[in-house]
Amino acid sequence: MSLDADTIRRIAMLARIRVGEDEVAKLQGELNGILAWIEQLNEVDTDGVTPLSGASRLALRMREDAVTDGDIRDKVLANAPERIGPDGAFFAVPKVVE
Amino acid sequence: MTYTLEGTTGTWEVVVGLEVHAQVISKAKLFSGAATAFGAEPNTQVSFVDAAFPGMLPVINRECVAQAVRTGLGLNAQINLESRFDRKNYFYADLPAGYQISQYQHPIVGTGVITIDLPDGTSKEIGITRLHLEQDAGKSLHDQHPTKSYIDLNRAGVALMEIVSEPDIRSPEEAGAYLTKLRQILRYLGTCDGNMEEGSMRADVNVSVRKPGEAYRTRCEVKNVNSIRFVMQAVEAEARRQIAVWEEGGEVAQETRLFDSARGTTRSMRSKEHAHDYRYFPDPDLLPLVLDPAWVEGLKAHLPELPDAKAARFMKDYGLPAYDARVLVAEQATADFYEAVAKGRDGKQAANWVMGDFFAALNRTGRSIEESPVSAASLGKLLDLINDATINGRIAKEVFEAMVETGDDPVAIVDAKGLRQVTDTGAIDAAVAEVLAKNADKVAEYRGGKDKLFGFFVGQVMKAMAGKGNPALVNEVLKKQLG
Repeated sequence: MSLDADTIRRIAMLARIRVGEDEVAKLQGELNGILAWIEQLNEVDTDGVTPLSGASRLALRMREDAVTDGDIRDKVLANAPERIGPDGAFFAVPKVVE
Repeated sequence: MTYTLEGTTGTWEVVVGLEVHAQVISKAKLFSGAATAFGAEPNTQVSFVDAAFPGMLPVINRECVAQAVRTGLGLNAQINLESRFDRKNYFYADLPAGYQISQYQHPIVGTGVITIDLPDGTSKEIGITRLHLEQDAGKSLHDQHPTKSYIDLNRAGVALMEIVSEPDIRSPEEAGAYLTKLRQILRYLGTCDGNMEEGSMRADVNVSVRKPGEAYRTRCEVKNVNSIRFVMQAVEAEARRQIAVWEEGGEVAQETRLFDSARGTTRSMRSKEHAHDYRYFPDPDLLPLVLDPAWVEGLKAHLPELPDAKAARFMKDYGLPAYDARVLVAEQATADFYEAVAKGRDGKQAANWVMGDFFAALNRTGRSIEESPVSAASLGKLLDLINDATINGRIAKEVFEAMVETGDDPVAIVDAKGLRQVTDTGAIDAAVAEVLAKNADKVAEYRGGKDKLFGFFVGQVMKAMAGKGNPALVNEVLKKQLG
């Protein structure tokens, strides 16, 4: 598998990372290098082996349905670049509207 | 009847599939211990998991899983004992993690079926493709400030069930019937409150059109429609738009659209152009969800009786016609009320009273069945008073109105107002004789062949007896005296 320059631009756009035109070729080389390294796994014959979804064979642990968290608005908003509204109760972001 | 739309090039069929997002009823969120209650102060029901702080680990809520399984069972669907969680990646201000934890290739519930009831009395089966669990996003308020959006994360992380139907729906009416039935089932199960105004149930409507006999054409998705009526309108509006595009020689492009309820039209959501590349991948924080078959069986054993089964039982046990049974099972509270009235009595008579005078009184006073001044027990007593001939049907209506007004017991009302039916033939004889004497001219006309006057005499006698005469006896005595 090999990524072309357009795919690099598209990945950057989807990840909301600004990539200058001068950086595309370099990133393309690096990402293709990483993919090639991972593709070595294809050399292993996995026919007839059940796919493993994690390193552990444990199943998901569950919590009880009880309210044990929340009511920590100031902590949740502590890193907000801007708080807004009565008591600064909301995160403020640039207007995003359809 | 097949629903079709006429274009300039002929007849078109409409093909619809619905994706319903139903908020799960639970105390805490899907992967955190923060509360789910509606209407709390902004950002007070948010944990670090919901706000996607680095290093926080989601732990799944057992009750949310149980609710999804119950819903699957209620939809006659396959329960997958092993399912998995994936990350659906997209950027939006009210999605703090930049991804939604959802289920992509391995949902918790597989194929099922819903039987919908159509207004003409027929039924149709609509296939369910799947049901999966996922997180809700937060809420953005765009109308508070000229250049800012406000973000409230209280809803972020609340459990949703996405219920996807097969493209088996063929008309706005069927779409409405499907949502009505699904909502009914969810409410019976207690897995979602079905409140579309508060957003706890929302529908994405997939619409395409085709000429009869054709394969499916390209579909468009109308997002986030928040009432059954709007879904029905959106189906027709979108179908008509697509027909116009095809007939003008154009091609319908697969895209996401919005329904404008004020204009009754749909419009393109251009911002979603790139959004469909969600880059799903397995959530590395979450192991596969493995269910114990015995636990699933336990949930199954405790499912409530669902609307279809209840309607069938009402028809069998209380001799109700299908229409009455459907109306009475629409809401669990109504069904319970009806059954309390009907038990040990004439089921059809009970249905007539509940669906007639009782519903009318609730409508008139703007009350819900839970707020009804007339309890099922007192309505039952009123029927007993009719059936043991203590009062007649006309007086019963008067007693019922007094019950609505005061909430009093019908026996007490009958006694206080002296409304007991007169079955004393002596009193009826006298009243009849008096009426006939006063209306000698009409008696002559009647005897001359004007049979219709009989009703007039009944009315006059009842009036003379303040409505309390036993109608059967009054008829009998009148016939005898008129000879």
